[in-house]
Amino acid sequence: MIRHVILRVLSKLLIPLIMLFALYVQFHGDYGPGGGFQAGVIFGAAIILYALMFGLEAAKRVFPPRVLEFLVAFGLLLYGSVGVTAILDGGNFLEYSVLSHKPVHGQHLGILLVELGVGITVAAVMATIFFLFAGRGRSDA
Amino acid sequence: MIDVIHIVLFTFLAVIAIAIIRLRDLFAAVMLMGIFSLLSASLFTVMDAVDVAFTEASVGAGISTVLLLATLSLTTSKESTLYQRPQPLALAAVVLTGVALVYATFDMPRYGDPTAPIHHHVAPEYIAQTGEVIGVPNMVTAILASFRGYDTWGETTVIFTACVGVLLLLGGSRTVYRVRHRNDGESDDDGAAS
Repeated sequence: MIRHVILRVLSKLLIPLIMLFALYVQFHGDYGPGGGFQAGVIFGAAIILYALMFGLEAAKRVFPPRVLEFLVAFGLLLYGSVGVTAILDGGNFLEYSVLSHKPVHGQHLGILLVELGVGITVAAVMATIFFLFAGRGRSDA
Repeated sequence: MIDVIHIVLFTFLAVIAIAIIRLRDLFAAVMLMGIFSLLSASLFTVMDAVDVAFTEASVGAGISTVLLLATLSLTTSKESTLYQRPQPLALAAVVLTGVALVYATFDMPRYGDPTAPIHHHVAPEYIAQTGEVIGVPNMVTAILASFRGYDTWGETTVIFTACVGVLLLLGGSRTVYRVRHRNDGESDDDGAAS
C-alpha cells in the first residue's frame, strides 16, 4: 500500500476513467482506431494500477485470480465458439455472414463478439501475469 | 514539415537506443525503453497507422514497462559487468549485419509508393469489399476481425498460451505447490492407513 496522498487520490480518479476508456475502445473499434487487443491492454493496465496503488491483496480481492484465470480461457472460447457457431449455421469457420439474416448484420455481430473475446482474454492475461510477477517471492502469494 | 517531424523523431529514437545500450542502471534503461516505445508510437501516428500506434503505446510503453519493472523488483536493477571486455568479433558481426540490412533497404519501395507490391496483392480486394460485405467503417478492424479472422484467432491463442506458460512457471505456489501438498498429504494418510 502506497501512502502518497496525491498518487492515491489521482489514481482513484483515473482508474474508473481508464476502465471507461477501455470499454470505449472495445466497442468503438468498428468506427475508430482500437479494438479488442488495445482495450484489453488498457483494462489490464487499470487493474495493474489498482494493484500498484492499493496493494496486491486488495487487487486480488477485487479481481480474484481464479476468476481471471477463468476469463483467460473464456475469451478464447468465446472467439472459437463464434467460429463453431458459423459452422453449425452452414458456413465456414469464422464466416460471420451466416450468423444473422442479413450478411452485414452477421458480420457486425461476429466482429463484436470476436473482439469482445480478444479483449477479455488480453485483459485477464495482463492482470494474471502481473499478479504472478508481483506476488512472487511473497509467502502469501 | 512532416520530414522535420520524421527526422526529429528518428534522431530521438537513435539517441535513446544508444543511451539504453550504454546505461548500466537497468531501472533507467526500462524507463527509456518506455519512452522509445512512445516515440515509435508517435512515428506510427505520423505515418497514419493509428491502430498500430495505439497498440505500441499501450503495450510497448504501458504493459511492457510495468512487467519489466516487476521483473527488476524480483532481481536487481544493476546490470552485471561480467562481459564488459571489448569484443571485436561481436562488433564486426553487428556492423556487417547492419550494413546488409541498410543495403537491403535500397531495394525496398519508397514509403507510401502506390506501385509497391504490398498494395497490389489482397489490399485492393479488402478495400473494395469492406464497405459492402462487412459494413464497418474502420477497415483495420474489418481486416483483423473478419478477413483475417484466422490470424487474430491464432494471435489470441498465442496470448493464451503465453499466460498458461507463465502460470506454470511462476504460479507454482498456488497451483503446483497445492497439488504437491495434497499429494503429500494423501500419501501420508495412505502410509498411516497401511
